[in-house]
Amino acid sequence: MSSKIVVTGVGATTPLGGDVPSTWRALLAGESGITTIDKDWVAGYELPVTFAGQAKVPASEVLTPQEAKRLDPSSQFALIAAREAWADAGSPEVAPERLAVEYATGIGGVWTLLDAFETLKERGPRRVLPMTIPMLMPNGPAAAIGMDIAARGGVRTAVSACASSTEAIANAISRLQSGEIDIVVAGGCESGIHPLPIAAFAAMHALSRNNENPAAASRPYDIARDGFVMGEGAGAMVLETEEHALARGAKIYAELVGGSVTSDAHHITAPDPEGTGAARAVLAALKQANANIEDVVHINAHATSTPVGDIAEYTALRRVFGDHLDKIAISATKSSTGHLLGGAGAIEAIFTVLALKERTAPPTINLDNQDPAIPLDVVVTPRKLPDGPILAISNSFGFGGHNAVVAFRSYN
Amino acid sequence: MALSQSEVLAGLAEIVNEETGIATEAVQLEKSFTDDLDIDSISMMTIVVNAEDKFGVKIPDEEVKNLITVGDAVNFITAAQG
Repeated sequence: MSSKIVVTGVGATTPLGGDVPSTWRALLAGESGITTIDKDWVAGYELPVTFAGQAKVPASEVLTPQEAKRLDPSSQFALIAAREAWADAGSPEVAPERLAVEYATGIGGVWTLLDAFETLKERGPRRVLPMTIPMLMPNGPAAAIGMDIAARGGVRTAVSACASSTEAIANAISRLQSGEIDIVVAGGCESGIHPLPIAAFAAMHALSRNNENPAAASRPYDIARDGFVMGEGAGAMVLETEEHALARGAKIYAELVGGSVTSDAHHITAPDPEGTGAARAVLAALKQANANIEDVVHINAHATSTPVGDIAEYTALRRVFGDHLDKIAISATKSSTGHLLGGAGAIEAIFTVLALKERTAPPTINLDNQDPAIPLDVVVTPRKLPDGPILAISNSFGFGGHNAVVAFRSYN
Repeated sequence: MALSQSEVLAGLAEIVNEETGIATEAVQLEKSFTDDLDIDSISMMTIVVNAEDKFGVKIPDEEVKNLITVGDAVNFITAAQG
């Protein structure tokens, strides 16, 4: 069987704001969420990168100390985003057995793991917190959400690096179309602004080193881009069968019409320069949507601001869309938020949904000199999208050769 | 200088409050950790370890199961300081 799937709630905590409305406002205003990290460990470890997209509102200001104590920071962000999405959806009445969670992370509980190791080394095994394992496991955020909303229809975690949360949203489709589940809370989170991931990503030369001007460091498609900027936070959306949403009179943001996952089997970190796998993912999502390429008016690109990644995505998009690509409004919102890794796809899917609902594509900041090798129509100030039924996609690609794409259609 | 029973109780109440959010004045000698205060085994282990640090005593794992009430813990800690 197959039924329409609609988005009925959104939630987020990001470097731009502690919820969706404040994040969206800051995004449309062209703000940057990237700042110098004000922590002693930055100088202590002599890190080559000293800035990141830190959560605008610390989780400790939202959760009770007792909630926070038993959750890794990644799960704290996840819970905040999921609660906002759930409330935004009207806290739906649903049988627990028909409620599921598809919630991702890229790295998992890295703070918990590494703090616990420090405790072990310095103070011995008896001082290692008994909650360490449930806090560090990558399914911890999904489990925390599932407990909070009493989801008993299955709680799953996609882990595919920076494609994770887009994959999680794509994974919700089959669950909802199975007829067994009415609502899925889907998305992803990350809390990786810790000295070890920063040192490790820097060792790969994946991070921008623009320490002097953090707000200008994330510059997708710009000729001077020199790597991505780590971000932290979470996004969550409530996905629901249309019948269920209509029956309870829910407000509907947009329709989730496609979600696909492919893999490159090319290189563990480098994108396939031909963009074949990414192109297949886009095409598969559009096929699921029963859409033509001409229906796509907006793309929230993966666009991390790395020299090779941005070109590889462009190559894939040109393969799929041909000349129509020149008519698509492209937004690279990591320019404002930084790269939330396992949370990136979730917040970008939310941006895509809001772009459709409000008929406004968000801007890409820091595009001072567009790379001539990437001739895209990049949105630099908020741009009106056409009236009538329109379609948009959000791309995410991850180390490991993971490609994930979700497609949304405007909903009347 | 060993702490008095009431001083140990006050210190323990702070530890319980920090771990669980239970008000310090609710942590009374006759209260059971599990039945009255609803403290689970994971919180209990954290409370024990923090109490060891705070009062400079050792509370063996095999002793923890005997600490049914707050008073049991206070008495154990008070005696162990000696």
